[in-house]
Amino acid sequence: MITLANVLSCTIVFAVPLLLVALGGMFSERSGVINIALEGIMVIGALAACFSLKAFDASGFGATNPQLAVFFAVLIAGACGVIYSLFLAFAAINLKADQTIGGTALNQFAPAFAVVITWAIQGQGQTQIQIPSWVRITSNTFGLGDLEQGFWSNLIFKYFYLTTPLAVVLLILAYVLMFRTKFGLRLRACGEHPQAADSVGINVYAMRYAGVMIGGFLGGVGGFAYTLAAGSTFASSVGGYGFLALAVMIFGNWNPWTILGGSFFFALFKVVASYSSIIPFLPTFEGVKSASNIYQMLPYIVTMILLIFTSKKSRAPKAEGIPYDKGTR
Amino acid sequence: MKNLREKCASPAFTSFLASISTIIIGLLFGYALLFALNAPNANTGMVAMLTNGFTSSNSFAKVLYQAAPLMMCGLSVGFAFKTGLFNIGAPGQYTMGAFVAILLATQFQMPWWICLLGAMVGGAVWGLFPGLFKALFNVNEVITSIMFNWIGMYLVNLIFANMPKTLANYWGSTNSDRTADLAKANPDAMIPKLGLDQLFDSTYMNISIFIAIAMAIVMYIVVNKTTFGYELKACGLNKNASQYAGINANRNIVLSMVIAGALSGIGGGLYYLAGTGQYVLEKAILARGFDGIPVALLANSNPIGTIFSALFVSYLSVGGSAMQPHFSTETVNIIVSVIIYLAAFSLLMRNMLTKAMKKKEEGKK
Repeated sequence: MITLANVLSCTIVFAVPLLLVALGGMFSERSGVINIALEGIMVIGALAACFSLKAFDASGFGATNPQLAVFFAVLIAGACGVIYSLFLAFAAINLKADQTIGGTALNQFAPAFAVVITWAIQGQGQTQIQIPSWVRITSNTFGLGDLEQGFWSNLIFKYFYLTTPLAVVLLILAYVLMFRTKFGLRLRACGEHPQAADSVGINVYAMRYAGVMIGGFLGGVGGFAYTLAAGSTFASSVGGYGFLALAVMIFGNWNPWTILGGSFFFALFKVVASYSSIIPFLPTFEGVKSASNIYQMLPYIVTMILLIFTSKKSRAPKAEGIPYDKGTR
Repeated sequence: MKNLREKCASPAFTSFLASISTIIIGLLFGYALLFALNAPNANTGMVAMLTNGFTSSNSFAKVLYQAAPLMMCGLSVGFAFKTGLFNIGAPGQYTMGAFVAILLATQFQMPWWICLLGAMVGGAVWGLFPGLFKALFNVNEVITSIMFNWIGMYLVNLIFANMPKTLANYWGSTNSDRTADLAKANPDAMIPKLGLDQLFDSTYMNISIFIAIAMAIVMYIVVNKTTFGYELKACGLNKNASQYAGINANRNIVLSMVIAGALSGIGGGLYYLAGTGQYVLEKAILARGFDGIPVALLANSNPIGTIFSALFVSYLSVGGSAMQPHFSTETVNIIVSVIIYLAAFSLLMRNMLTKAMKKKEEGKK
C-alpha cells in the first residue's frame, strides 16, 4: 500500500508541470500561435525561480517563510516565462515569421543561456543550481509533527509542493477564463477565424499577444514545478517535458479537462517506468535488461495510436500557425 | 555594369546577403553577451572561438569530422522543408541510423559500407512513420516526429542493453553504458581514412566529409533537375494546386520524409563509424539532429548552401571548446540560436534588402 501511495504521490507531482505547460500551450494555440517554444520557456522559468530560491535562501528569508518564498519564486518564474514568450509573439505576430522555426530557436537558446548564466553566477564549471530543502511542504508545515509512514500520509506528503494546489487553482481559472468570459470567446475566435474576429472589432494582434503571454506564464510556472518534482538540483534542462506537454495538449484536444486526464496518464506511465521493478503486479520481463525502457516508451506509442483514431475529429484551432495579415480580410 | 546590378537583385544573392547579415548579428550578440558576463576576457574568448578551427591541422580535421553528420542532418531538414514539412524528427532518424550502423558493425561484424547502407535504411524507416501518419491519418508531422524521437531513443537503449556484443565492456573496456570502441571491436567497420589522417596528423580525419559533400550534390540535382524534385517543391508551395495538376501529394509526402530520414540516418552512421565517438546510453535525445535545423535554415534549404552552413556551424562549435575555461561552450549554441531566430524572419529581411536595392537603383536613375 505504501508503494501505491508513493506511486500516486509521484504521479501527481509529475502531472502538475505537464498540466500547467499543456494549459499554456492551449492558450497560445487557441489564439492561433503554435507554441513549440514551451520547452525553452520552461527552462527560463525554472532558471529564474531556482536563482530566486537561492537568493531567498542566502538572505535567510526562505528558511523563515518557506512557502511565501516559493510563492514568490512561482511569480518570478511566471514573469520570466511571459518575457521570454514575448520573443515568440514578436516574431510570430508582428513579423509574421514561421512559428515553428521561431519556437525552435527559442528552444535552443534557453538551455544554452541557462548554462552560461549558471556558470557566470556560480563560477566556472558549476552547471547545477541547488534547490534549498525547505521548499517541500511537510506535515510540520501544518503543525502536525512527524507522521508515521502510511497510505494517506505518504500520498499527501511524500512529494508535496506549493505548485500542486496552485495548479488546481490555475486549472479552474484557465477553464473559467477560456470558456466563461468574453475574453476567452474572443481569444478562441482569433484562433478559429481571425478575419471574422477582426471584422467585428476584435484586435487580433492583441488577443494573440495575450494568448502567447498566458502560455508563457503557465510555461514558466510549469518549468519550476518540473524542477521541484525532478530532484534537488536544476541542471539547465527540463527533460523534454515541454515537448511532452505539447503531446498532452493534442491528446487532450485543446480542452482543459481532457488535458488534465492526459497529463495524469503520461505522468503515471513515466512514474511506473521508474518504479516498475518494485510494483508487484506488473510484468517484469524476465531476462530482459533495462526493461524500464519498455514502460518509458509506452506513453508515446499509446499517444500515436490514439492520434490515429482521434485525428479525424481533432479540434485543433483552424487558424493556428497562420500569421494574421489584415490584408487578407 | 547593368548585368552586375541585375545579379545583385537576384533572389539567390539577396538570400545569401540575408544569411550573412544574420550571421553577423548573431556574432555581435554573442560578443555583447561575453562582454556582459566577463568583460576582461571577452576579446580573447571571441578570438579563440573565431580562429580555433584554423590554429592546427588537428582542429581543422575536427571541423571537417563534425561537419559531415551536421551536413547530412541539415540536408535532411532542408529536403523536408522543400515539401513543406518540418522534420524535427532528425534526432530520432539520426539515432536510428547510428543504431543500425553500430549493430551491424559490432554484432554482425560487417564492413563499413554495409553499415552505412544499414544506417540509411534505419533512418529511412524512422522517417517513414511521420510521413505515413501525415499522409494516411493527417496527423501533424511535428508531433509524430517528436514522439518517434523518444520512442527511438528508448528502443535503441533497450536493444543495446540486451545485446552484449554491442557494448564496450564485451570488448575489454570497463564501461557498460556505451557501445564498443570500433578499433577494438571491428576495425573494418571504420570509415576509411585513405591516409588523410596522416596528412592532417589527426585521428578525426576520414572520408566522411567527402561522402557528405557528394550527397549534397546529389540532393541538389534531385531537387533542382528532376521531375520528382519539381513535384516535391510544387507540393510544398501549394498542396491543393499540385494535386489538381495531377501530382500525388500523399505519395510525395511519404517519399520526402523517407528520403529526409535516410539522409539523417547516414549522418548518424558517419559519426559513429568514424571510430572516435561511442554511443552513450543516455536519457536525453542526441542534440546533433536538432543542430541540422539551424544548418538548413542558414542555407535557406539549398543543398549546396548546406555544405557551407554545416562547415560554419561546425567551425563555431570547435571554436567554442577553445573558449573554456572563461566561458562555457554553450555560448556557441546561443549564437546559433540567435541566428535561427533571425532566420525565422529572413523573408522579411530579404524583402527589405530587395526594396533597399531597388530604391538605390531608382535614385541613380
